[in-house]
Amino acid sequence: MDNIAIKADKLTKRFGDFVAVDAITFDVKQGEIFGFVGANGAGKTTAMRILCGLSVPTSGTATVAGFDVYKQAEEIKKNIGYMSQKFSLYEDLTVMENITFYAGIYGLSDKEIKDRGAELLDRLGITAEAKTFVGSLPLGWKQKLAFSVAVIHRPKIVFLDEPTGGVDPVTRRQFWDLIYEASDRGITAFVTTHYMDEAEYCGRVSVMVDGRIDAFDTPANLKKQFSVNSMNEVFYQLARGAKRKAD
Amino acid sequence: MSAITLDNITKTYNKGTVLAVDKATFEVAEGETFGLIGPDGAGKTSIFRVLTTLLLAESGNATVAGFDVVKEYAKIRDCIGYMPGRFSLYQDLTVEENLNFFATIFNTSIKENYDLIKDIYVQIEPFKDRRAGKLSGGMKQKLALCCALIHKPRVLFLDEPTTGVDAVSRVEFWDMLKRLKHQGISILVSTPYMDEAALCDKIALIEGGKILSIASPADTVKKYPGKLFAVKSANMHKLLQDLRSYEGTYSCFTFGDAMHLSFKQDADADVSKLTAYLTAKGQTNLEIAEITAGIEDYFIRITEKLNG
Repeated sequence: MDNIAIKADKLTKRFGDFVAVDAITFDVKQGEIFGFVGANGAGKTTAMRILCGLSVPTSGTATVAGFDVYKQAEEIKKNIGYMSQKFSLYEDLTVMENITFYAGIYGLSDKEIKDRGAELLDRLGITAEAKTFVGSLPLGWKQKLAFSVAVIHRPKIVFLDEPTGGVDPVTRRQFWDLIYEASDRGITAFVTTHYMDEAEYCGRVSVMVDGRIDAFDTPANLKKQFSVNSMNEVFYQLARGAKRKAD
Repeated sequence: MSAITLDNITKTYNKGTVLAVDKATFEVAEGETFGLIGPDGAGKTSIFRVLTTLLLAESGNATVAGFDVVKEYAKIRDCIGYMPGRFSLYQDLTVEENLNFFATIFNTSIKENYDLIKDIYVQIEPFKDRRAGKLSGGMKQKLALCCALIHKPRVLFLDEPTTGVDAVSRVEFWDMLKRLKHQGISILVSTPYMDEAALCDKIALIEGGKILSIASPADTVKKYPGKLFAVKSANMHKLLQDLRSYEGTYSCFTFGDAMHLSFKQDADADVSKLTAYLTAKGQTNLEIAEITAGIEDYFIRITEKLNG
């Protein structure tokens, strides 16, 4: 039990007669890098919102960091980190102000904010930029800073929603180095991405199609199962059969 | 005549302090699909806005369909289609109302050019009474493309049309572009996805406002200097560190389930020596093979040089 970070059993979410998430069952181990992929409209965002304590499921069960998604949504929020490419940092605040703001929201003491902030800046090699407005940083730096801020309260799990969209190929890979480092420190990473080469970097991957999880295994096993050479082909075979042509 | 020409176009922001586009020069031939490939912030959108006459460049010249972007901007606006990176249709109008609106301002009708959009429009026609704001991402993208095409433009500008779109929809989108190309429309398209570059007739790689390479996708990868190996082992995370500390290594990056390794000189590309080194490091299940570089390999190679 202790080494399971997320557990979902027949988790379902309906909007009227539309079944956005259709009885998904999976588990994520503590420290695992878990890839959560699927076509647009497959139900990824809805599932993720439930797991982040932002939406209540219609039926089924799920625990995140040991907390129940129905009854302990607030506890879940305190124990997770979240980063998306679309929204992460305040551009009009400086690097240090962003760190202070997020760390403050998560209830860190002034001393913790000072110590962890300095450590974070040092690890990213941007100590000299502490007073720079985030808006004027290169995109690659912003992404790395956003990730580091998302885990400043040392959560058990960090949700990364398309974290690498649009960044250059080298930065994209450096970003994955950060995910590996966090995983080595025992933080579970729950990652969505449209880059199928990144699905190869995950310990296990689930592929959602029309609200269901149609495949769930290590990248190597999935490739074997579908007799293909890349996760891109695995994804293409699964998602091509999707009935929801909404997206 | 060229569909698009750029001659030393430079664009700066914030009173010249931010150099967005640095002397960009390239040419798009009539009927060509030309890809502008680079990450966010590379300068792609600034180039699009200069060419679509929405921004003035600081210096340099540019033409679209033979017209000058400054002196003949009105003529350009009549004969181009532009799909900006951000969804910019009217959210409160329905699918059909949006399309009608764009047809009307260009003095045409949906009927007149229906042939051109038919393949794409039939996919969203079942939802023609739905407000555009209520459409899903993939459908918005298709509607935006229809609106950019409805007046039968000579040159089509697509700024990151597939960003945030899943792998299957991306394939479908590029199939649509292929059909438009057969209709003789010249296309300038930008993307951060290197795998899409291979689908263009010609590509320009751009980073930091500078055009770094212009060639066909096949010729682009031929420019990769030296040899490239793909290496796999049982412990991929450690493999990256081991390969980076190998004396003959120029650089090493993860590519899906393999590491791509380049060498300081061709003499360093020695499989038996590398195998011995990795085995001594405790690596098992080694697979080492020489491979042909892809566009992403080349992009990393030339931007590495730029950055340091």
